[in-house]
Amino acid sequence: MNFTGAATVARTGMNGHTMSDASLDSAVTAPGEAGLGDYFALLKPRVMSLVVFTALVGLLAAPVPVHPFVAFVAILCIAVGAGASGALNMWWDADIDAVMRRTAKRPIPAGKVAAAEALGLGLALSGFAVVLLFLATNWLAAGLLAFTIFFYAVVYSMWLKRATPQNIVIGGAAGAFPPMIGWAVATGGVSVESALMFALIFMWTPPHFWALALFVRTDYGDAGVPMLTETHGRRVTRNHVLGYTLPLVPVALGLGFTSIGGPVYLAVSVVLNIRFLLGAWAVWRRDETQAEADGYASEKRLFRLSLSYLFLHFGALLAEAVLRFYGLSVMPW
Amino acid sequence: MRVEHELHARRRGRNIGVGLLLGAFIAIIFGLTVVKVLSLGDVRKFESFDHAPRPQLVPAEAPAAAEGAQ
Repeated sequence: MNFTGAATVARTGMNGHTMSDASLDSAVTAPGEAGLGDYFALLKPRVMSLVVFTALVGLLAAPVPVHPFVAFVAILCIAVGAGASGALNMWWDADIDAVMRRTAKRPIPAGKVAAAEALGLGLALSGFAVVLLFLATNWLAAGLLAFTIFFYAVVYSMWLKRATPQNIVIGGAAGAFPPMIGWAVATGGVSVESALMFALIFMWTPPHFWALALFVRTDYGDAGVPMLTETHGRRVTRNHVLGYTLPLVPVALGLGFTSIGGPVYLAVSVVLNIRFLLGAWAVWRRDETQAEADGYASEKRLFRLSLSYLFLHFGALLAEAVLRFYGLSVMPW
Repeated sequence: MRVEHELHARRRGRNIGVGLLLGAFIAIIFGLTVVKVLSLGDVRKFESFDHAPRPQLVPAEAPAAAEGAQ
């Protein structure tokens, strides 16, 4: 079973050390003796930064003002909740993390933190984040945060990640909730604006990830995780990149016509979507021979563009919120 | 000569970290309490909500209105 295997890895370490000599080796740590940084690494801080940014935009774009301290606590809770789901994911996936080169140095497979500690930390932080968010704001925001943690840890990590090559689409839903939670913190409700912010991240995730999968050779297959490039081939993956980009464009542009959009957002969105559409088209129309000939230049370009695509869309929403705050917004609708 | 093992440095770092996190937790709960209480507005609303009669909380009647009643 997953947990037992992970615990064994944690107990013996990747290099086969046993518990008895763990205390003499800085690379392998006895349970409960990890450094604070090892526990922090369980929270996937890089993922947390994106969650914090999108949740903050969702909160600030909302038409209801929130006390700065309450907003700070709410964002902190959302970040801690995201970190908690990361720890639960690392606990569950410790066996496959140990197999893959990219994840072998994570705290559990590296033998620095015991799997049970990650489980305990994940559950404790989940409870802390959800309860504090409820006390600080409202039940809807806390409920959405609880559902997001459940979705990422149970629906994605435990259930679907190893079962279907569409796993990245499902995983994207968990990453799309933060702006919706931020919006719920301020308004206590869900609206077309927050649903479109969710849809923007949800539709963006597949082309973003599959563009990367086309030019990076992963070892997911060795770990038994089905990836579209391996289960259905690269042609189908290219079709999927374009297939998800097409509905992404109206979602992104449609957000500009809601109460949180405006001319600044629309101008940014039009430029980004034309470039993204052209990039996805370029990836779709060529085959592997052409891609290998130029070192996957189009795929790499689309991946780089996808990073700025999401950041600039949410940055433009933030700019519109600031303009509205100072009464400088020009909204023809 | 006293040689400190790397394990002790790690423990100290962890203890300081946990201490700081607990301090931050207390500060957050305290700050949240202050913000929530201040956002309640006029505190007299709550003083009069303890089911005990408090005549000093009842707004005084205007003298003109009192004379008119006579």
